[in-house]
Amino acid sequence: MKQLMTGNQAIARGAYEAGMLFASGYPGTPSTEILENLVQYKDSLYCEWAPNEKVALEAALGASIAGVRSLSTMKHVGVNVAADPLFTAVYTGVNGGCVLVSADDPGMHSSQNEQDNRNYATASRILVLEPSDSQEAKDYTKLAFELSEKFDTPVMLRVTTRICHSKSIVELAERTEKAPIKYVKNITKYVATPANGKVMRKNLEDRIKAMTVYSNTSGINQTEYNGGEIGVISAGVAYQYARDVFGPEASYLKVGMSFPMPMELIREFASRVKKLYVIEEMDPYMENALRIEGIDCIGKAVIPKMDELNPDIIREAVFGTENPTLETEKQAVGRPPVLCAGCPHRAFFHLISKKKNVMITGDIGCYTLGSAPPLSAMDTCICMGASISMAHGAAKAFDLAKEDTKAVAVIGDSTFFHSGVTSLMNVIYNKSNCMSVILDNRITGMTGHQENPGSDYTLMGEKATAVDIPLLCKSLGFKEENVYVFNPLDLTAAQKVIDEAMAKKEPTVIIGRWPCALKKFSPEDKAEFDLSPRKCVIDMEKCKKCGLCAKTGCPAIRSGERISITAEACTGCGLCMQVCPFDAITQEDLK
Amino acid sequence: MSDVKNILLVGVGGQGTILASEILSMGLMEAGYDVKMSEIHGMSQRGGNVSTQIRFGKKVNAPILGKGEADLVVAFEKMEALRWIEYIKPDGKMVINDYEIPSVPIQMGLVPYPEGILEELGQKVKTYVFKAFEIAEKIGNPKTMNIVLLGALVKAMNLPNIDWEGVIRKVVKPAFVGINLEAFRLGQEQV
Repeated sequence: MKQLMTGNQAIARGAYEAGMLFASGYPGTPSTEILENLVQYKDSLYCEWAPNEKVALEAALGASIAGVRSLSTMKHVGVNVAADPLFTAVYTGVNGGCVLVSADDPGMHSSQNEQDNRNYATASRILVLEPSDSQEAKDYTKLAFELSEKFDTPVMLRVTTRICHSKSIVELAERTEKAPIKYVKNITKYVATPANGKVMRKNLEDRIKAMTVYSNTSGINQTEYNGGEIGVISAGVAYQYARDVFGPEASYLKVGMSFPMPMELIREFASRVKKLYVIEEMDPYMENALRIEGIDCIGKAVIPKMDELNPDIIREAVFGTENPTLETEKQAVGRPPVLCAGCPHRAFFHLISKKKNVMITGDIGCYTLGSAPPLSAMDTCICMGASISMAHGAAKAFDLAKEDTKAVAVIGDSTFFHSGVTSLMNVIYNKSNCMSVILDNRITGMTGHQENPGSDYTLMGEKATAVDIPLLCKSLGFKEENVYVFNPLDLTAAQKVIDEAMAKKEPTVIIGRWPCALKKFSPEDKAEFDLSPRKCVIDMEKCKKCGLCAKTGCPAIRSGERISITAEACTGCGLCMQVCPFDAITQEDLK
Repeated sequence: MSDVKNILLVGVGGQGTILASEILSMGLMEAGYDVKMSEIHGMSQRGGNVSTQIRFGKKVNAPILGKGEADLVVAFEKMEALRWIEYIKPDGKMVINDYEIPSVPIQMGLVPYPEGILEELGQKVKTYVFKAFEIAEKIGNPKTMNIVLLGALVKAMNLPNIDWEGVIRKVVKPAFVGINLEAFRLGQEQV
């Protein structure tokens, strides 16, 4: 049966067809939909959201050593978090096939950086496969499990946003059940002490030799010889772009396995063409491999080394030609992403934005949008969990510099579970007087509502024990009176908590708790919060057009000559009503 | 020259571009074309613009199209038509929904919504302009606006020999099939 599938759907399907039994990942664009699609096969397999990528990969490794095929999925920066187990898992090898999906985001559609995770192959020596469309995404996923078992190594399936999120036609197959491989205790194989590690390191080189033979001879890396003028070496989606640009007259070497590189195949290909191009997104990973072997090629000298590629960019870089295009005098106004109407984070940022002498360290999530005007209430954003660690360092620095500036960390619930907990431990252990703000909207928001350890449910849809954040903070050592829970949409109460906690000369945690406005509310949400539907309306007789409501940045409020609230967008959160100095806005219950 | 045709659907998060492009690509696949479709939607839920690119033909390579390559641009929102003008072939066509969604800088009163978009675009390229929202509202469900636009798309691209009714029946919930078929028919009438 044929079906149009995204790369992510195809990877999930491939894992299912391969008889995979255990999957663990952490949400992150563009990888999220792999596990979201995998859960449809839950009668045949198990999958879960882990608190972070390190935990996910370690769990997958544990399942592999226990004898089943396992998968872990993450975005490119997630592999940084999982790099610690990755490097040594390549030493120990696997039992059941173990596959790591790294979803890179060239062009930073939804990421804080762009990084080329093929560099992890060079550094860790993990076998890497790179599909170039959805059919290959499925086929290579299945192959990855086989190669993992064949060469006794974890395998990285490296994909990019355009592979993950574009659809193409996929031929489906049935699932082949894979019987678990009996677990046998093997200390020299799985205990990476220095003494064992030295042996593993040597074995790894032998394995790389075997993998290199496969890379050169198996057909995973394919040559298509059409003529001797131009040869193109390419991989992933860039290969598809190259086909459009260079056309049927050029010869191609399509790299499907980019570690170990098929250097013999490449040397032979290079000898048969006059001009050799290497077309790859981001880093000169393949080009460098060619240069080390003394093979001349044209790569990053013309092809941009940053941002996403597309056929246009390659065509212009190689041939200097551009398609004719139309232009207009008028320009479209930008549509910057903003916190949604009714977002409970907005209310918090509205209040904290008025504080002077603060340094607000932010984190990764929807609430990073608190840095955007008109709120502009965030000073830093680096990586998952950094807000609290950085606020700790900043608080210490302000103390040392005798400067009266308060360090405030802002982090969401899922990010706090991911890597904020250890940072908070440092705050209490090493005694800094920063204020940590946990914006608990009861879901992983930015990536489209994935369950997390605080949301009461698992990926499989089962009821879970939710982490009690205030209790967790107290158990770390925060004093009872220094842990606050507040409703961010109640401005008076929230203001009181913020003022009190900020004034303290010891570490405080304040937890703003209200579910995401777009979330499908759980029975637990409905029991805890008053979520009955409401709308806000402006009484135009009372409105003095001061614009304070619009300054909250709510996208439901339109200002201009006349201020209005768009009824379809408004969730009735009541923030505008509370900031209006003329009582011109009221909240109405909807039936 | 390759026989591949390129369609670009542009709009704002929540306008139903994704469902429309799903029906379109499914119909094309069932008609025997190779199809690739690409969309960027990372932050669209938060008021950003969305775009879906559909390429079809005998054999499609890249899932995305370049500037000056779209045979047809379907703009679900007027200002988005302006934003993507560079992507249209100079002899391409544009279906424009005469519908405004101001972005946040406009809502905050910082900049005005550009005026005269339709006039300027009409001078540059063949346009089909109509109020898809009003048509959808008139038949009783404003959410079928996307299917009205899909009907216009199918007509503008001259793709009548595909069982669109069958695809709509497959994709849309049974209770909404009738109204969506009506929306599809009315959309075709606009071109």
